[in-house]
Amino acid sequence: MNKPQKKDFIKPKHINDYPVGPQFEAGHLADINAGWRTVRPVVDHEACIFCLRCYIVCPDGTIFKDGDKIGIDYDYCKGCGVCAHECPKDAISMIKEEL
Amino acid sequence: MSNMLDIKKITPKNITDKELFYGHKACAGCGGSLAVRLALKVLGERTYAALPAGCMSAVGFIYPQMAFKNNAIITPFPGVASMASGIEAGAKALGIEDYKTVAFAGDGGTADIGFQALSGMIDRDDNVLYICYDNEAYMNTGIQKSGLTPFGTKTTTTPAGKNLPGSITHKKNLFEIIAAHDIKYAATASIGYPQDFINKVNKAKHIKGATFIHVYASCPTGWGTPTHTSVEIAKEAVDCGLFYLAEYENGEFKLNKNPKEFASAAEYLKKQGRFKHMTEENINEVVAQRDMKWERMRRKWL
Repeated sequence: MNKPQKKDFIKPKHINDYPVGPQFEAGHLADINAGWRTVRPVVDHEACIFCLRCYIVCPDGTIFKDGDKIGIDYDYCKGCGVCAHECPKDAISMIKEEL
Repeated sequence: MSNMLDIKKITPKNITDKELFYGHKACAGCGGSLAVRLALKVLGERTYAALPAGCMSAVGFIYPQMAFKNNAIITPFPGVASMASGIEAGAKALGIEDYKTVAFAGDGGTADIGFQALSGMIDRDDNVLYICYDNEAYMNTGIQKSGLTPFGTKTTTTPAGKNLPGSITHKKNLFEIIAAHDIKYAATASIGYPQDFINKVNKAKHIKGATFIHVYASCPTGWGTPTHTSVEIAKEAVDCGLFYLAEYENGEFKLNKNPKEFASAAEYLKKQGRFKHMTEENINEVVAQRDMKWERMRRKWL
């Protein structure tokens, strides 16, 4: 999957450690977004026809082409459920997250 | 302008795997972030993006989390189009080739606050693609009415009650205002029809000069809709005729989708928290307004 990767962020200890001027590296991810998810999408690969509807409608871009299968990056999925709702074959189900 | 017929159609199968707007902090089911994500996928990594104060800059640039993989900058609220013009002039002066400048602004940043700069940008015909993601209110600051808020919407500045049905003004006719500049290319799109949207972005990418796309993007938080229906509700808005898919090119309007029969507008409205209070009389006014608009569009644009 071709996406920015999470990198460790070392918290600046001194004012001199902050970037000079209001700019920063593009695609720098310091944190994952999975914490606010209450339901997770699970793909039934038997029912999936690989139409890529879910891939194109995911607001977070967490659905990716994993060879000829659909893959989901659970680190950044927020569990909105758009993929499951839009799936023409109902191949994605939303499963409650267990704590 | 290159020959439009030579441009290869972009489909989910051949679109790049690269994610250029990733790890952002938008609400679950955000329509605006889907519009930005798809547009950047089409435009590619060599894109300079300018974003004014608004949802997409608030969720994309949370130091040290930088969700944009391409070069992106936050601009003053009224100045996104002038900043994009400046980026374009700078790139030209440096002799940079093979790139695109894009501005992503919300409906308030486009139709109200940023309008003067946008008008100037189109007048100068700067080589910038301006994408307005329209969620029909100032969502980032907590749902205030904007120029593109439709009649009857409940917002914090147009509360619905005994005396008023929410917003009492109709949606500004932004697309035709932009077209009146004799712009090279302008289009409306909806995230409910993503295939149509990405090909309009692709078309604009290949045009040298000012281009504009008005994309209808749902906002579950501000509209009071469940997160999973985000794409569906944006599609329904088109199907019931309250939004339309059109293009303006070479001085001609073109209606891309002309439904024989509209889906029920009342059903679309009643699904959303922001329209729940509307009486039958209010809905009839919305429908009358819609029919008047479509009568004119069908007469002139077909």
